[in-house]
Amino acid sequence: MLDSFYIAWKYISYNRIKTAVLVACVTLISFLPFALQLLLNGSERQLMSRAVSTPLVIGAKGSALDLVMNTLYFGDERPEVISMQAANRIWDSELALPIPTYTRFKARGYPIVGTTLDYFDFRGLNVESGRNLAVIGECVVGARAAEDLKLKPGNSLVSSPESLFDLAGVYPLKMKVVGILEKAHTSDDLAIFVDLKTAWVIQGLGHGHQDVTQLKDPTLVLKRSGTNVAATAKLYHYTEISEKNIDSFHFHGNTDIYPISAVIAVPADEKSGTILQGRYLGKNETQQILRPAEVIDGLLQNIFRIKNVLDAVVSVVALATVMAIVLVFALSLRLRQREIKTIFKIGCSRLTIAKLLAAEILIIVAASGVLCGIMLTVVNRFTNDLVRMLFIA
Amino acid sequence: MIQINDLEFHYPTGNFSLAIEALRIEKNEKTAVIGPSGTGKTTLLNLIAGIASLDRGVIAIGGIDVGRLNDRERRRFRITTIGFVFQDFELLDYLNVLDNIVHPYRISDALNLDASVRARAADLADAMGIGDKLKRRATDLSQGEKQRTAICRALLPQPRLILADEATGNLDPENKTKILDLLFAAVEEHDTTLLAVTHDHELLERFDRIIDFKDFGNFRF
Repeated sequence: MLDSFYIAWKYISYNRIKTAVLVACVTLISFLPFALQLLLNGSERQLMSRAVSTPLVIGAKGSALDLVMNTLYFGDERPEVISMQAANRIWDSELALPIPTYTRFKARGYPIVGTTLDYFDFRGLNVESGRNLAVIGECVVGARAAEDLKLKPGNSLVSSPESLFDLAGVYPLKMKVVGILEKAHTSDDLAIFVDLKTAWVIQGLGHGHQDVTQLKDPTLVLKRSGTNVAATAKLYHYTEISEKNIDSFHFHGNTDIYPISAVIAVPADEKSGTILQGRYLGKNETQQILRPAEVIDGLLQNIFRIKNVLDAVVSVVALATVMAIVLVFALSLRLRQREIKTIFKIGCSRLTIAKLLAAEILIIVAASGVLCGIMLTVVNRFTNDLVRMLFIA
Repeated sequence: MIQINDLEFHYPTGNFSLAIEALRIEKNEKTAVIGPSGTGKTTLLNLIAGIASLDRGVIAIGGIDVGRLNDRERRRFRITTIGFVFQDFELLDYLNVLDNIVHPYRISDALNLDASVRARAADLADAMGIGDKLKRRATDLSQGEKQRTAICRALLPQPRLILADEATGNLDPENKTKILDLLFAAVEEHDTTLLAVTHDHELLERFDRIIDFKDFGNFRF
């Protein structure tokens, strides 16, 4: 059999292009269903585990999926904003602990998540190096984001402007990195966490500037009446919150009506959760309360339905490929009739011819298997990223 | 060496038939088979080699009745006893010269490929003047070199009989003479019998004996 493999190897390495095409066909057709299964398992694991660990999510009425994807995985689809009153309402109900999140901004492609310290306790996120958030203007970076952006405590990170063409928009905020989180193997690894107030500063709802009462330059003053001073647009706004200027940062108006994306509600018990859900059933209710596990389960049901269709398509393609491969081997045998006739004349048996052909098929299948294995290993290694790319981002 | 008695053969299709009452070829004899196309020269070689089966009669090679052997025995007998040299060389393009020469050892368990066989193959190639081309692919050889390789392949298992089917048919006049010289020298050196089908009448005088198939039908030699 070793000699058959030797001759088969010589034959297939001589016919490189034909062999490469066959190996590519077999590899792809075996890779597709396995990769699909791997991705679906990964998506089910990744999506469901986080959904199950998040009891309730409250947000504006609209797409339940967008709200859950944005709150749990910081996806790009932004739901309508709600106000901080939504969090206060839950707090006042004493049925659950509200954890507001605001995920509108990004820094170098990674989502900035404005939240409270309760979020870190709720998700069990620990700071690996540095410390947790203490004052506004600081940020704590997820493990993977820190790795990708090469950040460590003491570095700074600038928020990205929402649109380059928004000339009237707010200035980007230079945030101080005070901590790097331990790896959590969830979307938290890819996020940049800031205090809610910092997120509002990024939005321009809060700001810091020179003390207008001390202004000497008349071009900076528009109007002065008693203790009130109206400054001109020339007034310098701070783009970084530091120890020196932190006291100058302030918010205009009532922060209760400031925007947030959603509230994660952590009920004291099952009963409290059910009661809380009941409070959002009113006809005039502008907010919705969701159990993320149910929403994600619905999404997965759809994905699996699509997977079944894909399985059928892959099966048909696989059948066509196998038939094409059989045809290739049949044609190859016809082309090699003379060679076969010669080795028959020399004294070779039909069994040896079959062995030669089997060895060729085995080598091609083995090469395809190895290639398929390598590709599946790569897919497996990057399943989380692929799931994020396919189902979340 | 070869003893044929009352041979009768008919192709299942067509009306061709071959009948030989008696034919004897002695050991070490170099015999040429000539005659017009379609008179059964190649068929005779196939019958002697046990590739085609007789309808009647006996073909004995070295005292062994080929017709009485079963398929497996016939194949083993053929690969160990008979060396084939073909008109179109029938080398495998994807193998190099050395692999082509040792090919019979790789396709049959009747022959055992070991270091001594490889060494003998290299010696044979040296003797045939292709010793420096062992690693070359068959496609990179000239016609003459291809036929030398084919002769090495036929001689390597040390057969008692060489069947050459128009072995010089595809060669230029210079190569024809050279290849025949090499074939004859190898036959003598390896104590082998040669039965060669040929259309080259100018080479006939070099053979010990000539069998002419011009009279289609029944033969008695």
